[in-house]
Amino acid sequence: MEFGLVELSRLQFAMTALYHFLFVPLTLGLSIIVAIMETVYVMTGRPIWRQMTKFWGTLFGINFVLGVATGITMEFQFGMNWSYYSHYVGDIFGAPLAIEGLMAFFLEATFVGLFFFGWDKLSRTAHLVVAWLVAIGSNFSALWILIANGWMQNPVGAEFNPDTMRMEMTNFFEVMFNEVAQAKFVHTVSAGYVTASVFVLGVSAWYLLKGRHTELARRSIAIASAFGLAAALSVVVLGDESGYSASHTQKMKLAAIEAMWETHDAPAPFTLIGFPDKEARETHYAIEIPYVMGLIGTRSLTEEIPGIDQLVAESKDKVRSGIIAYDALMAIRSERDATPPEVRATFEEHSEDLGYALLLKRYVDDPRDATEAQIQLAADDTVPGVWPIFWAFRIMVGLGFSFIAVMAFFFYRASFKGMQFPRWALRLGVIIIPTPWIAAELGWFVAEFGRQPWTVDGILPTALSASNLSITDLLITLTGFVVFYTALFIVEMGLMLKYIKKGPYMDVEETDKWMERHSHRLRTHDGQGPFAETPAE
Amino acid sequence: MILHDLISFDILRVIWWALLGVLLIGFALTDGFDLGVGALLPFVGKSDTERRVIINTIGPIWEGNQVWFILGGGAIFAAWPTLYAVSFSGFYLAMFLVLAALILRPVGFKYRSKREGAAWRTTWDWALFVGGAVPALIFGVAVGNVLQGVPFYLTPDMLMPMYEGNSIMKLLGLLNPYALLAGVVSLSMLLMHGSAWLGLKTEGVIADRARRIGSIAGIVAALSYALAGLWLAFGIEGYQIVGEVVKDGPSNPLFSEVIRGGSWMDAYATRPWIAVAPIMGFVGIALAVMGLRAGREVSTLLFSKLAIFGIISSVGLTMFPFILPSTVDPSSSLTVWDSSSSHLTLFVMLVCAVIFMPLILAYTSWVYKVLWGKVTEDDVTQNTQSY
Repeated sequence: MEFGLVELSRLQFAMTALYHFLFVPLTLGLSIIVAIMETVYVMTGRPIWRQMTKFWGTLFGINFVLGVATGITMEFQFGMNWSYYSHYVGDIFGAPLAIEGLMAFFLEATFVGLFFFGWDKLSRTAHLVVAWLVAIGSNFSALWILIANGWMQNPVGAEFNPDTMRMEMTNFFEVMFNEVAQAKFVHTVSAGYVTASVFVLGVSAWYLLKGRHTELARRSIAIASAFGLAAALSVVVLGDESGYSASHTQKMKLAAIEAMWETHDAPAPFTLIGFPDKEARETHYAIEIPYVMGLIGTRSLTEEIPGIDQLVAESKDKVRSGIIAYDALMAIRSERDATPPEVRATFEEHSEDLGYALLLKRYVDDPRDATEAQIQLAADDTVPGVWPIFWAFRIMVGLGFSFIAVMAFFFYRASFKGMQFPRWALRLGVIIIPTPWIAAELGWFVAEFGRQPWTVDGILPTALSASNLSITDLLITLTGFVVFYTALFIVEMGLMLKYIKKGPYMDVEETDKWMERHSHRLRTHDGQGPFAETPAE
Repeated sequence: MILHDLISFDILRVIWWALLGVLLIGFALTDGFDLGVGALLPFVGKSDTERRVIINTIGPIWEGNQVWFILGGGAIFAAWPTLYAVSFSGFYLAMFLVLAALILRPVGFKYRSKREGAAWRTTWDWALFVGGAVPALIFGVAVGNVLQGVPFYLTPDMLMPMYEGNSIMKLLGLLNPYALLAGVVSLSMLLMHGSAWLGLKTEGVIADRARRIGSIAGIVAALSYALAGLWLAFGIEGYQIVGEVVKDGPSNPLFSEVIRGGSWMDAYATRPWIAVAPIMGFVGIALAVMGLRAGREVSTLLFSKLAIFGIISSVGLTMFPFILPSTVDPSSSLTVWDSSSSHLTLFVMLVCAVIFMPLILAYTSWVYKVLWGKVTEDDVTQNTQSY
């Protein structure tokens, strides 16, 4: 394989996946917020809620279309750029992707058209059902994608088959109920709900600042802050669940996130901030909070969390064990049915370390010829880049906690202070619009960069997974994606801003008339505007 | 799990081979007319309102239709992982073009109507043309290449897929005369299908223009399909498995020996019943063209579907059991018997398909029923939600 090919393939995958995930979280959350708004409309019959449904639905549609479009790339990119990966684990990894199509994507894509085109063709209730089916479809989509991704992090329910030279599924339910997948699913969809809540809240805050569409904006903030508060709380709690599952499934990733070089006596401290140094194997200027890491990671006071150095030493043993497995595998491959049973037994015993022998393929064609120095190199490779993960994780968590504070504040003002929001809070609401995207992208970065050097943890090294393409191939498609995706992004942002500036434009007359008739009942309780300064206590 | 032994491995493989066909045909029958309509757009619609009518005939449904393509990709990954790995990386740049074209389409549908300017809308019209015509052509080109064999091999030690040739040259190699002829078949077939759809969903001058272009496309499709068949019979060598065929062995293509020889058309001697597929293709086209000329609506679309069903299944049936033959190392060729997923995965996926496919067909039909009826100029100018 040419030098740089794997790096370029990784760059392209990271770029297209992170780009795809600019649109996904908003789809996940906004589909539900829109469905909630429509539910209120159907239950109360008030036209303002239909107008809200259509307005946020328009923005949902602009966003949804790019999520779908960039998702097409994702579905085929495994085969295009990661052909050995696809062959090696397709027996397991392909199934959730296909089920996603069958169970979820068909549902959302079939009904999303009817959501926009069906207003005059369907009864209120039928249209509401359509809106919920779109939301359910989107969220089920995320479930199956995260089951696939969870398997890459924690490959359960599968074993290596020497005859086919690949991993094969042994238990579908283990794959489906993989604890990592379940923890990631709830964490990821909650993050999507937060994203959409911050988006709805921010856009509405902007309207209130401008004094436009205040009725729509106030109601939208009420929904977004309630939904967003629940989501922001769950994203943190469920993120903690993810961390806990990593403590026994992906020890190295956890150690890298915490920059824990040496195993600490239990319970380990949590490093709040610091400057991890991979060369020196220490974290400079670390500020530690005693006990916290041990409590989060193991939920006990006595269990140790292994440090990076200890894990590298364990990896070295696994590389040696993997070489034995590789040797037995080669014997099985040449002798096939005539293989002596003791060779098969040796293979069975060591087969779970086979992936560690494949780490050596970077340095030597036949892992059995590896020198001691190469085995050490392979073991060292099992440490991902520590400082990027360390910092990405801390920024993500910091943002996560601040969303709770913002949502709680708006929820409190919306529920108990008659929908009055101080101008500083509204400005803050506008400014923070991009931050949930930053948190979400950093979350993926921690999960996937932290999984390196593996595509499938402990099973298949990234360096071996890529397709045998040429550098030219990669340069053409990489340039193509950058140019094409940038253009689409500009168009998308332009339309988003245009339609936000335009505000609600459907059912305007009917809604205004209704508002006029009912204005006496709808004014805030002290008769002031919705964004007046808080009166002195 | 024991349950999967209920259906033997070889039968599951044949079922999944058939389901692969069902998905490809499902894609061509539904999203096929979207592609055709996209390619017809600049020629059938002259004014902005006419073009809006055309776009709105497929506006509410293309998204669901396109899932056939996505699901096709997912199902190949799940049921035929080696095929997924070898084909998409082998056709790398061609696949990139397909993806780029298909991405233009959703964006074009949704974004075209969001601004008024003539330049903005004309740009998206041509984007939709590219998004329809390019995939329609390339899918045929891909099939043309599969019939001739693809220059790949699997390494003996690791089964790693490798390819002869390099980037641009590899892409140009795909555009050989036979493959281009196959591309003409698929493009003209989907143009016919798209115009049959427009004949059903529009009226007046738009429907008339669509039917005129569609009947020409149908004749081109019949002629190029016949020519491609003759060429296949007399100009392209087939493939054969040597020795005993193990149907329920492990999925390792290198375990069986394959040689080139004979003709693909030999299949019609050993299994004469498969001739029903190309006959359906020709009869379907003939009836669809007559329907287009006579201005019949529903039946024309159904005959067009029959034609597509016949043409696509004729390729699969002719090649059976081969799926992706290799020119440089015939023994690396992928067949139904040696490139599938494991017994368990095929079974699990079959259970999922049996549960969800009927549901999908049911709710998709319901959506089509809700949207039944012609799209008129009044509809698109009065409805604020239309594209």
